[in-house]
Amino acid sequence: MTANRVNSLPGPDDIHREVLPNGITVLARPNFNSPSAVITGYFEAGALFDPDEKLGLAEYTTIALMRGTKKRTFDEIYHALESVGASLGFNTGVHKSGFNGRSLSEDLPLLLDLLSEALTMPVFPKSEIEKLGAQLLTGLAIRAEDTGDMASMVFDKIVFKDHPYSRPEDGYPETIQNIKRNDLVKFHREHYGPRGMVIAIVGAVKPEDAVRQVKRALDGWQVKGQKEIPELPALKALKKTVSRHHRIAGKSQSDLIIGTNGPMRRDPEFMPASIGNNILGQFGMMGRIGDVVREKSGLAYYAYSSLSAGLGPGSWEVNAGVNPQNVKKASDLIMDELKRFVQEGVTPDELADTKANFIGRLPLSLESNGGVANALLNIERHNLGLDYYRRYEGLVDEVTAEDVLNTARKFIDLDKLAIAVAGP
Amino acid sequence: MKDTLTQTTLSNGLKVLLKEVHTAPIISSWLWYRVGSRDEVQGRTGVSHWVEHMQFKGTEQFPAHILDKAISREGGSWNAFTYIDWTAYFETMPADKIDLALRLESDRMLNSRFLPDEVTSERTVIISEREGSENEPLFLLGEAIQQTAFRIHPYHHEVIGDMADLHSMTREDLYNHYRAFYVPNNAVMAVAGDFDSQSMLARIGELFGPIPAGSDPAHLARPEPPQNGEVRLSVEGPGATSYVQVCYRFPSASHPDFFPLTVLDSLLAGPSNLNMFSGGISNKTSRLYRALVDKEYVVSVHGGAQATIDPFMYTITMTVHPKRKSEEALAALDREIQRVKDEKVTKEEITRAIKQARALFAYGSENITNQGFWLGYAEMFADYSWFETYLDKLSVVTAKDIQRVANEYFKPQSRVVGTYVPREGKS
Repeated sequence: MTANRVNSLPGPDDIHREVLPNGITVLARPNFNSPSAVITGYFEAGALFDPDEKLGLAEYTTIALMRGTKKRTFDEIYHALESVGASLGFNTGVHKSGFNGRSLSEDLPLLLDLLSEALTMPVFPKSEIEKLGAQLLTGLAIRAEDTGDMASMVFDKIVFKDHPYSRPEDGYPETIQNIKRNDLVKFHREHYGPRGMVIAIVGAVKPEDAVRQVKRALDGWQVKGQKEIPELPALKALKKTVSRHHRIAGKSQSDLIIGTNGPMRRDPEFMPASIGNNILGQFGMMGRIGDVVREKSGLAYYAYSSLSAGLGPGSWEVNAGVNPQNVKKASDLIMDELKRFVQEGVTPDELADTKANFIGRLPLSLESNGGVANALLNIERHNLGLDYYRRYEGLVDEVTAEDVLNTARKFIDLDKLAIAVAGP
Repeated sequence: MKDTLTQTTLSNGLKVLLKEVHTAPIISSWLWYRVGSRDEVQGRTGVSHWVEHMQFKGTEQFPAHILDKAISREGGSWNAFTYIDWTAYFETMPADKIDLALRLESDRMLNSRFLPDEVTSERTVIISEREGSENEPLFLLGEAIQQTAFRIHPYHHEVIGDMADLHSMTREDLYNHYRAFYVPNNAVMAVAGDFDSQSMLARIGELFGPIPAGSDPAHLARPEPPQNGEVRLSVEGPGATSYVQVCYRFPSASHPDFFPLTVLDSLLAGPSNLNMFSGGISNKTSRLYRALVDKEYVVSVHGGAQATIDPFMYTITMTVHPKRKSEEALAALDREIQRVKDEKVTKEEITRAIKQARALFAYGSENITNQGFWLGYAEMFADYSWFETYLDKLSVVTAKDIQRVANEYFKPQSRVVGTYVPREGKS
């Protein structure tokens, strides 16, 4: 008995999608191979709503949701969860906030009850909020010493200058200190609601049962006056290369990021950029970048490129962790590779390799419940169609070397790059 | 559906474990060698990990750059891990492409080249890997504690090795280590996924069977003598955050006390997940969280138990609250440790720990890579039945057992307490 490749990918015949009357979209796909289930999803209360002086408010609010509800104390919530080996957590992005949970499938009703209570009736107990504040500030103190985190923050400030994307979702110490309990209460009241919420359930549960359970837990949630997500301002393109070095004393290694803006997920350039990026700094042992910086020069343990594409403008960046003395050497090698990439493009062999890689690895990325649930959210968030993963092979196949070259040239201008270094 | 398990040993000593799982068209192949940093002497610390890196540098048949591209082209995922006790290589591939991984692993068991140029460029890559780790306060603290806890036993150094040895080791050191330990009679091949066991076994026999057995590698036998007094140390470094790690002696995974200690770990600090690919759960109702985080001595606390061949350590890691001193956090921890020694834990806490373990197992079995991992992993310190009977062994643990092991293992005179003292070293 062997499993069939294409039918193992999610598609319209095994993804159940239903929109509840209050606006919540439910996506479900069964998997009875293991007696567990995951829930994951998002809602429209991201960091875009944060005032500058209270940056970190959206994240503070999501983390505080489970510190107590009208029905249970903090300890009762986690006692219920942890006693059955389940987990549930919230996170915050720029546009949306989200949640992730998993449990044995027998405990899914509990997981949904806790999700519903946290979203709809948090009480933000004062003492818990204060404790959380100290934890967040410690997290920021640790971030300040992390060369990777700080290089990334500096990079975003250059690439997304004067744009909301330049702001870290977890804020700064002074903005976290400005946030009081009432701010959380107000943020929750104004921005939490069922409109725009999506929930995916994957695991040992029939889709109709999954929907029934979500309805039981969240059908009654109604919110009047849920605020609309603000419009994103236009991105100001870089006019020249901007370099910044953020000093962190006493570290053995510096993090280096060189990059620029990238496409949005829904842009037609997304797939060519994605394929180009794989050749540039992913394929095999981190693509061309890994080959020159790590394999040939021995300068870094990690050196790769990545493309970050979402609802708004994305970023396209090359990252490396190098000895502080080798920053210049590594930068020069990376610049040479970027130059080759935008001047010469990619070879037919490289293109064929990457296409095979994209198509071949898809089942692997979808082998766990979490992988499938994320794929369902990806479909919904970017309106890709329920048959997206079944069509995926064709979408990859139609990209040409010329598409890759044109996309590289559209986004990567060697005279207009952002260069961020954090380290000694 | 009961998955089919096959276990056999080839005539050259290679142990083979196969588990058919037909949930997705994927196969995960794991080759485990019984070699890790415990097999290294001073002057050659880090050699096992460096050899693992060199295994990606190619053979005559699969030169570097051909190798990685070949796996990626087929949509595979591959990596390797070096631990104190073992080194493992895995490839997870679309089922119809697994032959490439099998051919590659059989070839590089014997034929890796270790070209001098490749050794040179990899030396600086590994030094860079170590420098990256040295950026982390908890690496610096952990290394100091390990060196202190193990004076005799080769668990005393980090897997990556000491910087001095990374600078001085030679190509011959690496190659000799490779030839001594990379023999079929020192390896376990574990494959899980969408295949027919008979055909898979036949193919493994064709590819690995001709590799000659080697001498059984000698493993260092230098047991750590009992520690007769608490040791405290501190490490200074950049930052604004203090950390405290408390390390107790922990038995080997094959010791019966491993199981009551596992339950104790779960109720003290939340369950440690031995499973590499499926994360854990929160620990907010564990005893230590309630006593230390809720009471604001620390902002986080975690426990770490590991399954090892020889007795290793149980580590409690605390990130100290900015308004507290390290000593206050340690005193609060000590009160909780004393409680589990003085009072029996409740039946409810034990039941909870077992349910948590059951859930973590279920999450891990969603994933074929993880199933391949478990097949061979348990062989490194016990055998596969250790994994199969794990939950049964936890389920017979009693409150009395837990009190006994708490008193036996959580002794102040056999622990090492390490503090990371931040220098506030911002420029």
